[in-house]
Amino acid sequence: MTRVFIARDAAALAVGADRVAGHLAQEAAVRGLDLTIVRTGSRGLHWLEPLVEVETSEGRIAYGPVTPADIVPLLDAGFLGAESPAAGHHPLFLGPTEEIPFLKNQTRLTFARCGIIDPLSLDDYRAHGGLAGLTRAAAMPAEAIVEAVTLSGLRGRGGAGFPTGIKWKTVLDCPDARKYIVCNADEGDSGTFADRMIMEGDPFVVIEGMAIAGLATGATKGFVYIRSEYPHAIDTMTRAVGIARRAGMLGTSVLGQGRSFDIEIRTGAGAYVCGEETALLNSLEGKRGVVRAKPPLPAHKGLFGRPTVINNVISLASVPVILDKGPEHYRDFGMGRSRGTIPIQIAGNARQTGLYEVAFGLTLGEIVDTVAGGTATGRPVKAVQVGGPLGAYFPRALFDTPFDYEAFAAAGGLIGHAGITVFDDTADMLKQARFAMEFCAVESCGKCTPCRIGSTRGVEVVDRIGRGIEPERNLALLSDLCNTMKFGSLCALGGFTPYPVMSAVTHFPDDFVAAPVVEAAE
Amino acid sequence: MDRHHVSSDLATSVAEIVSDMKHLEGPLLPILHAVQHAFGHVPNEAVPMIATGLNLSRAEVHGVVTFYHDYRSLPAGRHVLKLCRAEACQAMGGDRLGDRAKNRLGIDFHQTTADGAVTLEPVFCLGLCSTAPAAMLDGAVHGRLDTEGLDTLLAEVGA
Repeated sequence: MTRVFIARDAAALAVGADRVAGHLAQEAAVRGLDLTIVRTGSRGLHWLEPLVEVETSEGRIAYGPVTPADIVPLLDAGFLGAESPAAGHHPLFLGPTEEIPFLKNQTRLTFARCGIIDPLSLDDYRAHGGLAGLTRAAAMPAEAIVEAVTLSGLRGRGGAGFPTGIKWKTVLDCPDARKYIVCNADEGDSGTFADRMIMEGDPFVVIEGMAIAGLATGATKGFVYIRSEYPHAIDTMTRAVGIARRAGMLGTSVLGQGRSFDIEIRTGAGAYVCGEETALLNSLEGKRGVVRAKPPLPAHKGLFGRPTVINNVISLASVPVILDKGPEHYRDFGMGRSRGTIPIQIAGNARQTGLYEVAFGLTLGEIVDTVAGGTATGRPVKAVQVGGPLGAYFPRALFDTPFDYEAFAAAGGLIGHAGITVFDDTADMLKQARFAMEFCAVESCGKCTPCRIGSTRGVEVVDRIGRGIEPERNLALLSDLCNTMKFGSLCALGGFTPYPVMSAVTHFPDDFVAAPVVEAAE
Repeated sequence: MDRHHVSSDLATSVAEIVSDMKHLEGPLLPILHAVQHAFGHVPNEAVPMIATGLNLSRAEVHGVVTFYHDYRSLPAGRHVLKLCRAEACQAMGGDRLGDRAKNRLGIDFHQTTADGAVTLEPVFCLGLCSTAPAAMLDGAVHGRLDTEGLDTLLAEVGA
């Protein structure tokens, strides 16, 4: 029997993976071939999706991007046979998957299993190192688990970069009987899809990370708040929680060790601001997703007023490997105060798009020019937005910035969720700046004035600059407005919208000079 | 489910949904999702019923319904086409697709065609930024959309 692997990740489905799998199954049946199609998460080689991998004695051999029309020629070339020279000459032949440079050069800790296993097979999960971290944690005192996470140097992967261990310690030290673990899966940043990929491709690692957080802090209930734009992730996570519960990974006695922890999946309702942790907590409580003032910190008074660990999906998914391999193993990757690996998401106008997990420290230029291979259109790169809609636009002049929390902050930007969106030279940066303000206006929760009013005024000011109305005065006004938003807003939505706006103004001033208006003759 | 219920059906269904879910911690969003799933929108008449069931004021429930983009006060068209408007899709020509869809359908975003066939909605990121530009038609995802691909989708929904 030959096993063939085709992703069921939404990015693969969006480019026809289901049709390819269906066509292959149908054609195999016609030819009487003994074939099993395993639907996996995605390897993250998204420009090659739909990727079809054939299991051979030499490992998995990849072909892509495959369309339904390619199935018959591939079968005729004998691509299911281990050593078929004809298949090796097929234009879609990519060789052993693990040898594709984009994948080979990665350090996959968090995404080690993504794209390899059947996401909903707990046996697959175990066979590939899953549950080792939780098994270890279940035999450790809570303080020791927190200590391990602190030692690893893991910082919140949702953007803020706050040390995860310190957050957990705060909740552990609270005497309350009821505490919560909340997984923030409301990642709404354009250009980022790591949360979606791990939830669809390796959901048990998220569940395992949450269960470890529960054991570490004394919390017995977890919520995963997933944005409604991710129906496939919601479906996979819901089914995975059911499987985990039946297998005793969740429930009144986690792994039979006597400590209780269970998880409920919740669906968001299309509000970007709910990715902000306090807005998310309000939303879970059934309220408008309005930001709360801090203090009190969620770690002291979070969900329903109880001590709450709220972590991003990738932060939680990185915990099992830390417990399994030890904090030093994780900490030894990275640079400066940015330890471990970061799943960089390459999006937009890039030749090689997808997910690239690597230790901190690559420069932006290496990522854009070498890893991503430049633009998809073949035109010069004009700007790269790093960190989602609230991230700065970087020009080529700043491509020597290393991927590190502090280095990006020093360069006037942020790593955010580690999504990088590439734009070619047709991009109009005034339009992008306007969009940032407009997006903030649409998504503002309305609680604080700088964000609610500032964003609307911001759109108007950018429009005036675009029309050439008193450009110098309006540019000064825009800068002043951005300062007010940056320092006067309650959360990152209003506070960080100035990053894309001001970076566009600073690095691409030519785009803010209006074309001369031809006055109609009197 | 049939979206054209008479109001007694509505009262029964909403009451059932509320009693099924009110034990949840923070039950309001799950209840609103269930009501929208059943009726295709959150009917105004459902708001006081939910408020009473959860011991909230009508204003509180109304506030929540109107805060979130997902909840509709009116039913959508028979098909819902969501086009991603966010940066990664912009970088790959998403704006052009948006303009084309609006022209072909003769409507703007947030509107439904006169024959009730298609509702066009903007969405800010489907997480398909690596296969941009992206769209979702009735829950099915589509990536690397070009003009031709968009026209095929529009043809599928009879536009």
